[in-house]
Amino acid sequence: MIEFKHVFKKYPNEILAANDFNVKIRQGEFIYVIGPSGAGKSTFIKMMYREERPTSGEIKVNDYELQKIKNSEIPFLRRELGIVFQDFKLLPKLTIFENVAYALQVIEKDPETIATRVNYVLDLVGLKHKVDAFPNELSGGEQQRISIARAIANKPEVVIADEPTGNLDPDTAAGIMEILERINGEGTTVVMATHNSQIVDQYKHRVLEIEDGKIVRDQTEGGFFQDED
Amino acid sequence: MKISTFKRHVVESLKSLKRNGWMSVAALSAVTVTLLLVGILFSILMNVNKVASDIENDVQVRVLIDRGTNKKQEAKLKQDLAKLHSVSKIKFSSKEQELKNVIGSYGKEFKLFGGDDNPLNDVFVVSAKKPEQTVTIAKEAKKMKHVYDAKYGGASAKKLFNIVDNIQKWGIAISFLLLFVAVFLISNTIRITILSRKNEISIMRLVGATNGFIRWPFILEGAWTGLFGAIIPIIIVDFGYVWLYGIISNSLASTGYSLLTPGVFLFQIDTLLILIGIVIGAIGSGISMRRFLRI
Repeated sequence: MIEFKHVFKKYPNEILAANDFNVKIRQGEFIYVIGPSGAGKSTFIKMMYREERPTSGEIKVNDYELQKIKNSEIPFLRRELGIVFQDFKLLPKLTIFENVAYALQVIEKDPETIATRVNYVLDLVGLKHKVDAFPNELSGGEQQRISIARAIANKPEVVIADEPTGNLDPDTAAGIMEILERINGEGTTVVMATHNSQIVDQYKHRVLEIEDGKIVRDQTEGGFFQDED
Repeated sequence: MKISTFKRHVVESLKSLKRNGWMSVAALSAVTVTLLLVGILFSILMNVNKVASDIENDVQVRVLIDRGTNKKQEAKLKQDLAKLHSVSKIKFSSKEQELKNVIGSYGKEFKLFGGDDNPLNDVFVVSAKKPEQTVTIAKEAKKMKHVYDAKYGGASAKKLFNIVDNIQKWGIAISFLLLFVAVFLISNTIRITILSRKNEISIMRLVGATNGFIRWPFILEGAWTGLFGAIIPIIIVDFGYVWLYGIISNSLASTGYSLLTPGVFLFQIDTLLILIGIVIGAIGSGISMRRFLRI
């Protein structure tokens, strides 16, 4: 469960990227975060994994109260989240297997469990045959699938994806969406920032629209979402 | 930390060394050059020190015995000299022996002074426990009965003590300076290789790696760089020293001074180079990445 309560974020250059965000995302939901460039989507996403700190307000992710946690606790918060980036952020000098395994090594899983799990998730994204390749030997779409495989390797409750289809052609983007749909179907919460209206129209889910740092729309499939607060 | 995690760090650090290709080669080269410099300068300094202290320890007081002193009086004088605290060794040298030494040093012409014409004195050659006590021993000896004179090289010996003292002081200063330069050069090179991997470190943090988990492979990689970087300097210093030792020892043989024998000395230098490499490599890399781990 993710909850934003009266969250404000002002950058040193006086830009207000979050102006009183109040959002609740339930376990198992799929939610798009849309809006033009510079609207505050990335700030919203980054605050969830504590890459950015809110200026004021409360953010709760699972059992972590992000305004209170110490720096040393951040890695533990991130282990409960799977994060997928527009630019993939794979480790360039590690093979595909090692990249996915990294997420499991940090939680000190034993080597056998790691091997089994890595093979499973690589199979899930359809890239089991690429285990020994390096990221620069793969296409953008393949790299993004590896990035998703890494995000789900340790079975997180939440997957956060920041424009995961941003750099991909429509067919590849559709492939990525199929994978995210499947992950969501297994009960994982998916929060996805996107520019791509085609995707939002095709795969219908709750939509959160941000403009100039304000949430201007929070709409469930077929109608406006009513905030409980 | 689990053993399997530690093993993983060791394996990762070696892999990373290999996969970073030219960056690793650059770091290794810097370590190699620096350690070679350290090895050569240390070898020179320690040998200069050794010869200097050989020379210093060689300074003795020559107590010239009055002519006509009988055996009994000589024995008494020897006893008195032995009573001085700072005396470590007393050796008797007859005037005939002394003449032989003079002939040996200055030429056959001095053979003229053989037999009853020998103008020299019998001598007690007194060694001090510590070189700087030589002056005191000479002063005390002069006051004793049946002593014609006590010589210790006077001003020239004092000068020598000063020179040796300076060599030792400067030797220590230069060694520290050298260590400082080594620390600076090695850690700086490793810093540059880590700077180029800033991005990797930020990705590791995003995936949920703790600072310790990120840091260990880098620290180990620094240590490997130091260890592997020490190999070539060790080979050059070892072979070079043995070769030079052969040449220099021959020419030093006649003076009675000697260089440090290769066996133990080279073992010490090798250990020092390996330790400097590993420790500075590891610490340099640990410190360099600190700022990338601040959240």
